[in-house]
Amino acid sequence: MDPFLLEALVNGILLGGVFALPVLGCNLVFGVVDVVWLCYAELVMVGMYAVWFLHTQQAWPLYLAFAAALPLVGLLGVLLHLIVVKPLLGAPPINQLLATGGVLFVLQGGAMLVFGTDFRSLGVELPPMEWHDVFVSGTKLAAFCAALAGAAALWAFLKFTYIGIAIRAIARDREVMPLMGVDPRRVYVVASAVGGALAGLAACLLVVQLDVHPFIGLSFGPITFMICVMGGLGNMLGGFLAAFLMGLIVSTGSFWWNTEMSYVIAFAFFIAVIFGRPRGLFAR
Amino acid sequence: MNLALAAFVLLLAAVPLLGTPDYFLHLGVTSMLMAVSGTGWAMMGRFGLVSLGHGAFIGTAAYVMAMLWNEVGVTPWLGLPIGVAAAMLLAFLLGYPCFRLRVVGHYFALVTLAAGEIVRLLIVALREHTGGSLGMTPRLAPDAPFLAMQFSKTGFWWMALLVWVFALLVWWWLDRSMASRALAAINEDQDAAASIGIHVTREKLRVTIISAGIAALGGALGAQYRLYLNPESLAGIGISLQIVFGAIAGGMYSMLGPSVGAVFTIGLEELLRVGFGTVFIGAAPFAYGILLVLFILFLPRGIVGFLLRKR
Amino acid sequence: MEEPALVLEGIRAGYGDFQALFDVGLRVTPGEAVGVVGPNGAGKTTLLRVISGMIRPTRGTARFGEVDIAATPAHELPASGIAHVPENRRLFPHLTVEENLKVGAFIPSARKRFAERSEYVFNLFPKMAQRRHQLAGTMSGGEQQMCAIGRALMSSPRILLLDEPSAGLAPIVVAQVFELVKRIRDEGLTVLIVEQNVAQVLRVVDRAYVLDAGRVVAEGASADLAADPAIRNSYLGGH
Repeated sequence: MDPFLLEALVNGILLGGVFALPVLGCNLVFGVVDVVWLCYAELVMVGMYAVWFLHTQQAWPLYLAFAAALPLVGLLGVLLHLIVVKPLLGAPPINQLLATGGVLFVLQGGAMLVFGTDFRSLGVELPPMEWHDVFVSGTKLAAFCAALAGAAALWAFLKFTYIGIAIRAIARDREVMPLMGVDPRRVYVVASAVGGALAGLAACLLVVQLDVHPFIGLSFGPITFMICVMGGLGNMLGGFLAAFLMGLIVSTGSFWWNTEMSYVIAFAFFIAVIFGRPRGLFAR
Repeated sequence: MNLALAAFVLLLAAVPLLGTPDYFLHLGVTSMLMAVSGTGWAMMGRFGLVSLGHGAFIGTAAYVMAMLWNEVGVTPWLGLPIGVAAAMLLAFLLGYPCFRLRVVGHYFALVTLAAGEIVRLLIVALREHTGGSLGMTPRLAPDAPFLAMQFSKTGFWWMALLVWVFALLVWWWLDRSMASRALAAINEDQDAAASIGIHVTREKLRVTIISAGIAALGGALGAQYRLYLNPESLAGIGISLQIVFGAIAGGMYSMLGPSVGAVFTIGLEELLRVGFGTVFIGAAPFAYGILLVLFILFLPRGIVGFLLRKR
Repeated sequence: MEEPALVLEGIRAGYGDFQALFDVGLRVTPGEAVGVVGPNGAGKTTLLRVISGMIRPTRGTARFGEVDIAATPAHELPASGIAHVPENRRLFPHLTVEENLKVGAFIPSARKRFAERSEYVFNLFPKMAQRRHQLAGTMSGGEQQMCAIGRALMSSPRILLLDEPSAGLAPIVVAQVFELVKRIRDEGLTVLIVEQNVAQVLRVVDRAYVLDAGRVVAEGASADLAADPAIRNSYLGGH
């Protein structure tokens, strides 16, 4: 096979790994709280700035900056839930969507106020790997592995802990939960914290690959939501698989055409999927 | 009420004759055109059809118009209606399968969001014709300003006023028509509405196409007024959310709500710009966002909705 | 520790403008099995929902031992010993049997005893042990009912509320379910069971209340009710 095409395919899978984390986080929150965080990508952006700031301005070692980003963005997720989402739980769902859209502006504007509009680079790069003429960025590969590890950790959390199982249960039937002694409001907070922490983890993986700037959320926010919907909103496994599908579409699209067209194809594919399978590719 | 509004419109028409400084004319034109887009958006938004992709329609209309002028030499007088028609066609192509297949709520919002992004990315990708993300300027025609629809702020003031009144008339007509009651019923309970003989798909489609056309009209005229087009400010998620913000702040359930919201938004932006200068770039979206959240939390019916309730 | 009694007095409750219960009083003493029977729409399910805190009474008092049910959030009631098997079972079909049991054991006191309680449940329903890793939604109706009861038993309740355990099940399965209920009560657990299947339930419980249009129209020992001609005509007619 053409090594360049092979390279595009490998990059597509690596890109899918990067998409997967925000998709899982978004889906987790939607499945439990029934609200789409329109500002999810902006939470990731805040995490990227946090890592950049702690590492380059405060001279923290990278791993410490990473370790700080997770709880920080997790906390942000909790605050978002308590301040914005919770008072709107009884309101029409679209109000929740729009309110988190307001938070999108707040975070974007806040980032501009604090950090300006310059592109900030972490300046970390691992050497590329070569295998039979196929070159793969070491940084991307490492980020991919970390994304898989994050997804595995999330899976274990949802599979083996009481609160994790309750999170999966509440996604299907929230009314019956109090009968099990589960306070749904508490589960909402936990899901928001985990959803935020996943944004924090995604931030760590993105900040080593991309320069951060206040508008970076707009570049991957929309595709994150598309992937969530394609996989079926709230369907974690579906979202995870759809992330890789979209990653492959985008990277092979860029190989045959250019980056923008690859995203156009990805979005058009998304719309086609919704028309064909309104509840997502993997709806049962 | 209607009389007062008519008098107000006449007053507005006289404004440029009173020697109003260009700066205020500029704010007025911008506000009126944004009010048009917001009014268009709210025509469907108030029935629970929340689109996060009206930028798709604005971008389509604006670029069709500008490219017809630059590449083929078609006057914007023709280009604008053609562009708006293209936007309405897009609304049809998007809306028909959506409504047919019952894509509603979050799903509808996200499909429209994708559509807005597709238009934005297409504009960027077709950079040889559109100038990509650097934007483009309609070819200047100093010898034929009228034909090129390139005239003074005063001229645009009247055009904007005309289009704004047109948008309000469309709202008023829609509001009095059966369609509005049908849509309210659909918003309440789609199945019940269908069972009493309301053609759900057709009603939704019609209001979507009208909404897209009005929004595109305001947006494309704005691009012609500024004589500058760029994908970020005409298509994509940014502009789409901005339209929504204005409509919600003013109140999407009343005819004048989105207009009040537009004046509020533009005024706020100017205030922040004058107050903070360029040092505090970012203050505007920051304040926008906080206000949007506060409006949804405490005044979900917007400024006008709140005032009307008080009475 | 003395087992608490469930005492309801003058309960009124409903949904919005619709009032489903009118001054209902009811008492279940420890170790008893009590039935609430009556036709469809009599307010039986509403009564159970009041007891498990899912809806608040507009008037009257509801106590379980020292616990004021109306003043306690629903999610805190399982910790005080109330377990409710809701109408239509409401299992989590996409979770395995074991995961369903884990949700039932969510409260801290139950988590500590998970191994012991699951052994008890698997003993009671050996089929559940075979199917512990099967998705609950893929089981038969009867098995799902057992799983739902098992899930409620995981929290070591002191009173078990059963809402229409026979609904939608084949007659032979219904008999099995009632056999199990009998076993549970014979082990000393207090049971309050709501049923439309009057003949069957009267064989399992000690006492019963007859609820009609939101009011208690009769109560007494099950044998007496089963023998009462008026009751037989109105509520046992078809059976």
